[in-house]
Amino acid sequence: MSSPEGDAPSRPDEPLDLVRLCLDEIVFVKLRGDRQLSGRLHAYDSHCNLVLGDVTETIFVVDEEDDDDEVKAITRSHSEMLFVRGDSVVLISPKPQG
Amino acid sequence: MLFFSFFKTLVDHEVTVELKNDIQIKGVLKSVDQYLNIKLENIQVLEEVKYPHLSAVKNVFIRGSVVRYVHLPAAAVDTTLLEDATRREAAQAAAKAKQG
Repeated sequence: MSSPEGDAPSRPDEPLDLVRLCLDEIVFVKLRGDRQLSGRLHAYDSHCNLVLGDVTETIFVVDEEDDDDEVKAITRSHSEMLFVRGDSVVLISPKPQG
Repeated sequence: MLFFSFFKTLVDHEVTVELKNDIQIKGVLKSVDQYLNIKLENIQVLEEVKYPHLSAVKNVFIRGSVVRYVHLPAAAVDTTLLEDATRREAAQAAAKAKQG
């Protein structure tokens, strides 16, 4: 950080650099509306628009019929490619294998 | 710009757009603009019983901001090319950030 501007070989890390390192890796994505995805990251941009492959989506809903407000997880898998608009994205995290 | 270009390569392919109000619309992608607004032709609403109000509609313009997902045909996507384009765009953004 104390090196003069211009010839500094390394720039400070930016948050999206973490996402760049996840390209072609399996990521976990948390979305607005109690949804989460996991899939292989093929593309992203500065708005957090994403393209994921082999995606599994999990939606968490409260079962209205149950008295005890139990949260139910609904899992859907999409074999195809999925574009995710960035304004729904809450977080992107590298997913540990297994 | 990356996704604008990406969607332009998918014109004339069949896609399913899932909106933020959970409606899913399947149709042929006819055009896209810089805001990722989308024009679909020959649409069909999935779960039509639940959402009957679009059953007579053939073509739609969808404002980009109401889109949650776009389901794409995997065969139409070159993932290696897409990853390279993403890295290029990230490098450009980083260079810009350094300047400013």
